[in-house]
Amino acid sequence: MELFNIFIKSIFIDNMVFAYFLGMCSYLAVSKTVKTSFGLGIAVVFVLSITVPVDYLLNKYVLSEGALAWLGPNFASVDLSFLSFIMFIAVIASMVQLVEMIVEKFAPALYSQLGIFLPLIAVNCAILGGSLFMQERGYETLGEATVFGLGSGIGWLLAIVGIAAIREKIKYSDVPAPLKGLGITFIVTGLMGIAFMSFMGIQL
Amino acid sequence: MSSEKEPLFSAKNLKLITTPLGTQNPITIQVLGICSALAVTAKLEPAIVMAISVTFVTVFANLVISLLRNTIPARIRIIVQLVIVAALVIIVDQVLQAFAYEVSKQLSVFVGLIITNCIIMGRLEAFALGNKPWPSVLDGIGNGAGYGMILIIVAFFRELFGSGTLTLPGLGTLQIIPQFMYDLGYVNNGFMILPPMALVVVGIIIWVQRSRNKELLES
Repeated sequence: MELFNIFIKSIFIDNMVFAYFLGMCSYLAVSKTVKTSFGLGIAVVFVLSITVPVDYLLNKYVLSEGALAWLGPNFASVDLSFLSFIMFIAVIASMVQLVEMIVEKFAPALYSQLGIFLPLIAVNCAILGGSLFMQERGYETLGEATVFGLGSGIGWLLAIVGIAAIREKIKYSDVPAPLKGLGITFIVTGLMGIAFMSFMGIQL
Repeated sequence: MSSEKEPLFSAKNLKLITTPLGTQNPITIQVLGICSALAVTAKLEPAIVMAISVTFVTVFANLVISLLRNTIPARIRIIVQLVIVAALVIIVDQVLQAFAYEVSKQLSVFVGLIITNCIIMGRLEAFALGNKPWPSVLDGIGNGAGYGMILIIVAFFRELFGSGTLTLPGLGTLQIIPQFMYDLGYVNNGFMILPPMALVVVGIIIWVQRSRNKELLES
């Protein structure tokens, strides 16, 4: 039940885009058509649900205070948490590279869809944000961290597909000229965020 | 710094600072670095601290990459850039935790997210890799200031209308809306503090900027 709660919470209540504005750069740049934004969304789900558990293990057994105790009593007081930024980003960059190679080898069809988006993802704030939130909120088990990563990814996917669908339609509307393109996208995202706020306070 | 004895603040160099403030603003025109820009703007103080931190990282990352630009192999440049930026962000994070602990708690993960702030990567790729150190530093200052400017404008309006106060570093929270207004029935618009309003405020800034400068209109 706890896992399911985290899952729902990370999709709707703590939505990466609407509650924390993470991954906004690619959210605004790649949301012109539903098809490409769906591809990018799937890639984000994929990478988040791999990097968050990996970073969880790294945080638990290497970085946080006293985490190195398994090496011996001398290491019990070592606190490497100041290194977490650089370690997390290194894990993300190498995981993205690895995922790219694996997908290319075993699922060429998927690769041709995701191919151009995968390198972009290494610098998507939603991915690093997922790992940093995982560290800050202190999820207890590997299961919780995985479910959180998966849920945040799906939340991001929902947001980008939603805005892409709206942008496809809004092209035909009579928007004031200075507001066209970027401006109206910001305001529509704000309105979507207000709609998502109605999920606040849901407890399962 | 340049070999042709170009003055340090020649017209060309000054332009590097002024264009990102207006027609090449990183947030409203280049659409870079939105991620962290919006989340820290509910109060003025974190916004100012964030603006200074991002400017610091942009300037020094630009400088370091520009100095190394002829020695970095093109294929691994992204990793090199990420490592340099991450190292600078760790410095910023440790300094904030030591000297401004309250603010660093408020900024939470967003200090770490400076690493993936698209402004920094974008300027490194677009400018520092192909230019000499001094213009790169100026470019960093300009883009950091352009980013900070929008941040501070958004935070100013959100805090003023949302809480009726302004929080300045060193001065604490100042009450701006006088008490008699509240006695007359004025109510703070709590909606302004909530995340979605940051997007709407940025949308309005873009609207104002583009209606003043017709060249920026999107077809």
